[in-house]
Amino acid sequence: MAGVTVSVRGLTKRFGERAVLRGLDLEIAPGEFVALLGRSGSGKSTLLKVLAGLDTDVTGEATVDGQVSVAFQQPRLLPWRRVWRNVVLGLHPAGGKNVGNKHVGDTNTAGRDVAVKALSEVRLADHADAWPRTLSGGEAQRVSLARALVREPDLLLLDEPFGALDALTRLAMHRLVEDLWQRHRPSVLLVTHDVDEALLLADRVLVLDEGHIAAEYRLTHARPRQLSDHIDVRARVLGDLGVTDRATA
Amino acid sequence: MSVSTLGAPARADVVEQTESPPERRKSSRLPDLRRWISPLAIVVLWQLACESGLLPPDKLSSPWTVLQTGVQLASTGELGDAFVVSTTRVGVGFVVGAAIGLGLGVVAGLSRWGDYLVDPPVQMLRTLPFLGLIPLFILWFGIGEEPKIALVALGVAFPLYLNVHSGIRGVDSHLVEATVALGYTRTERLVHVVLPSALPNTLVGLRQSLGVAWLSLIVGEQVNASSGLGYLINNAREFLRTDVIVVGLVVYAALGLATDAIVRLVERRALRWRA
Repeated sequence: MAGVTVSVRGLTKRFGERAVLRGLDLEIAPGEFVALLGRSGSGKSTLLKVLAGLDTDVTGEATVDGQVSVAFQQPRLLPWRRVWRNVVLGLHPAGGKNVGNKHVGDTNTAGRDVAVKALSEVRLADHADAWPRTLSGGEAQRVSLARALVREPDLLLLDEPFGALDALTRLAMHRLVEDLWQRHRPSVLLVTHDVDEALLLADRVLVLDEGHIAAEYRLTHARPRQLSDHIDVRARVLGDLGVTDRATA
Repeated sequence: MSVSTLGAPARADVVEQTESPPERRKSSRLPDLRRWISPLAIVVLWQLACESGLLPPDKLSSPWTVLQTGVQLASTGELGDAFVVSTTRVGVGFVVGAAIGLGLGVVAGLSRWGDYLVDPPVQMLRTLPFLGLIPLFILWFGIGEEPKIALVALGVAFPLYLNVHSGIRGVDSHLVEATVALGYTRTERLVHVVLPSALPNTLVGLRQSLGVAWLSLIVGEQVNASSGLGYLINNAREFLRTDVIVVGLVVYAALGLATDAIVRLVERRALRWRA
């Protein structure tokens, strides 16, 4: 296991007769940023759920070395908790390495301090006492990121976290995620159907098809990247996804 | 129910006092005086009708007489005693009924088997007109305090059960999943996600059940009582004292409004996050 954060061997997941994942193999190195592309129904989210421990009804082997955090497409903040208390949720004892017992999080000021620090990393420290309903979509998603990062995860799972955001907010979020990743260096698995997003952010792009990894591309361009940086890969990835792209062909 | 109709404008007023800036606070605290014109006119007409002899006192006493009688009943302690007796009945009945309603609602809401076993009989019993159970209750519990308390408890239990049950069932599974991913155990999820998300419904149930509680009390006290507001009213009927009857009704109404206001206060505090 040394040197690997995620190790998946022969992972198969069936829904009744239909196998969504068929003998999938995957390794993710510590600090590596992996983007997982695939058509809808290709099993992207299923894989993520398995790695998050939300789906254990599988065959094969899937191990994660260390702490896991998930940021979902919807922020999933508890509406009855103020923003900082939502971040504190991430300090659960089964998670958080740096924070002692769970009561740190819940009541005393130490938990609040940790939360505010995490919020300032997503530039929302001044919203610590706000109710979630008062946040914009992008702000709520940043709180969700803070909640995922506050436990200092070894593996950060991102399930189309920018999918519900408007285009401008999404661009800002790309920068933010890249920035946070470079500062904390978790391994990242980004599930997305946005090819450009994958090419901007990832060290490695995987294309999931027919329940296994059908194609794999290593991206070496220096960051921050431009959309034009991996134009060659883009065409091939789109091809893998069954899309012919006239603009780049 | 008149209680909730009366309560609606007052609620907006209360909410704004905490949430809005001071200048709006001032304007919302001043009630729109135009809304007082017709109620006051009715009272004046009522008074005039009594004084002119159109309404004889054995049908309905004048507002002024009612007020005087109220003061007098209060000063002799008669009204106070009746108040304490009736409030105690509602209080005890409410606690018993709420415990049953909450307990069953939580069991049926949280566990599949609880739902299978608890929900069908409760839904069947719910269709019974529970006020019609008074004859049985008198046979079971006699004519003391017990049948009145039992009637209140029964009335309270159903609305609370239904709302708690649906509140727990309605929890957002995405929120639950998010906390599962964070490593929260079943019990922790219950505390942090399921119960808080059932709170709005529970408070709706609380308001409904308190309304029913007073209703049950009034009906229970009509049938047989040797003390309490219902006794005061029934006794007054024997002597054609419509002034005392009206005083009793006004106190009932005030109690209903007061408990409703308390729940609204609790709601305002507990549901700030919704606003």
